[in-house]
Amino acid sequence: MTWFDHLSPLPQFLIFSALKILGVFSVLMFIVAYAVWVERKVSAAIQDRLGPNRFGPFGLLQPIADAVKSFLKEDFTPAHVRKVYYWLAPAIVMIPSILVAAVIPFGSYLGRQKMVIADLDVGILYTFGIVSLGVYGIVLAGYAANSKYPFLGGIRSSAQLISYEIAMGLSVVAVFLLVGDLNLSRVVLFQSGGFTHWIIFKQPVAFVIFLVAIFAETNRTPFDLPEAEQELAGGYNVEYSSMKFALFFMGEYANMAVAAAMMATLFLGGWTLPIAGLDQPAAPGQIGVGLLHIAIFLAKMLWVVFMMIWVRWMWPRFRYDQLMDLGWRRFIPLALANIVVTAAVLWMRAGS
Amino acid sequence: MEEEGGRGRGAGKFSGQNLKQRNMPPTDILFYVFAALTLLCGVLVVANPFSRNPVTSAMFLVLTVASMAGLFVLLRAFFLAAIQILVYAGAVIVLFLFVIMLLDLRAEERRKVKRFGLVGALLSVGAITAIFFKCLSSSALGADPSPTMEGGTIALGKLLFTRYLLPFEIVSVLLLVAMVGVVLLSKKDLK
Repeated sequence: MTWFDHLSPLPQFLIFSALKILGVFSVLMFIVAYAVWVERKVSAAIQDRLGPNRFGPFGLLQPIADAVKSFLKEDFTPAHVRKVYYWLAPAIVMIPSILVAAVIPFGSYLGRQKMVIADLDVGILYTFGIVSLGVYGIVLAGYAANSKYPFLGGIRSSAQLISYEIAMGLSVVAVFLLVGDLNLSRVVLFQSGGFTHWIIFKQPVAFVIFLVAIFAETNRTPFDLPEAEQELAGGYNVEYSSMKFALFFMGEYANMAVAAAMMATLFLGGWTLPIAGLDQPAAPGQIGVGLLHIAIFLAKMLWVVFMMIWVRWMWPRFRYDQLMDLGWRRFIPLALANIVVTAAVLWMRAGS
Repeated sequence: MEEEGGRGRGAGKFSGQNLKQRNMPPTDILFYVFAALTLLCGVLVVANPFSRNPVTSAMFLVLTVASMAGLFVLLRAFFLAAIQILVYAGAVIVLFLFVIMLLDLRAEERRKVKRFGLVGALLSVGAITAIFFKCLSSSALGADPSPTMEGGTIALGKLLFTRYLLPFEIVSVLLLVAMVGVVLLSKKDLK
């Protein structure tokens, strides 16, 4: 490694960033592929079926088969679609979820490297900014299809996404009042030192609102109205086939994985675990501790993903008016009240 | 926050020294890229030679806003950059798209340029050009080698709630009035 130490900081920074991006991207894609497998296995267990069991032990190679199938299917472009947007929309669906992964601290330190791609001071604002761009993929998919059902599906789901973004943003404001920082790494450090320091216990209302909002934001049941088959023949993705359809599908799972990572970071203590001193950042020599932190983070994140899958097979779908009512009339006032109460409590504490 | 900013600035400095011997620092190259993108997309919003589709215009407006956010990042105004994306690209233009899609687009595509619109456009372009030249002539170019803006979240929040409290409150009340107005207008029967 001597040649490496001779490099100036800029190339070193570039190399480490490239490595981290590569690592995060491949882990994210792996989780996306296997979340589909877990989804099918969990649904099968809940419905007393077997699930995929043909390819590999326990059907473990099923994601490969799915991918090959998606690539080999005919990529049919209907004649009446708006071509440019038809091509753009599936890509735009995938991009925001991958971009959000850049600010999530997925570990403490490995050697001297902080385990986050971009340690932004405005981490959470960046996250919300990018998440709000996710609407474009769905709106454009509905618009590009140039036919009624996808269009209605696109309009409907963009209304849903915009509505729940507000509730999600407001719920997190209370968290940041408490932490006093927008940097996600410092949010994690704030939660070190005991289970009661985790924000889930300090801000249960914010946790519940955020939890419901991420279900709505990722189009998961009980809020998967954008793809309500009975009403919209499938919603915004009706006209898509083959790999383009698969991109929408993968986009949903990537969103889920990233939402779960946000959840773990904001409410479940990130990479910290208040057992055996694991809630302090690893020292430069402690590679093992650093790896353990990454494992803890992944475990928390996968637990949230598992819970989201579980909920899908347990709950019926909300009606559209119920969804809007819940978002606008219940959660937004509740989140606002939570902000005011949090601010008041913090003010009283600061005064005493 | 101070510590972060310090580190960021330090990083910019060394990379500048590193590359200045050969050519421009990378932030300068990025500035030209983002500035060109902003201008190009801005032109394509209003005068796209390939399509008169309002949705295309709105999408180019998104790109314009995104490249402006890039310019803010180069000025180290991270907060403004994030807000730019969050508010404009993420909310305002989505609502634009919403309205455009629900309107009759074909009528809009056939519409000719009106004289009134042309005069209005020329007047506003002229006014902005005048402001631009006034600003350029009154400030010495290249005097400040490292342009930075007050960009930290804490600094910005403190300024908003102390020095600029009154304008801040007035804007809030204005927004509240607009919100109440929208609710009132969208009610079907006013009783």
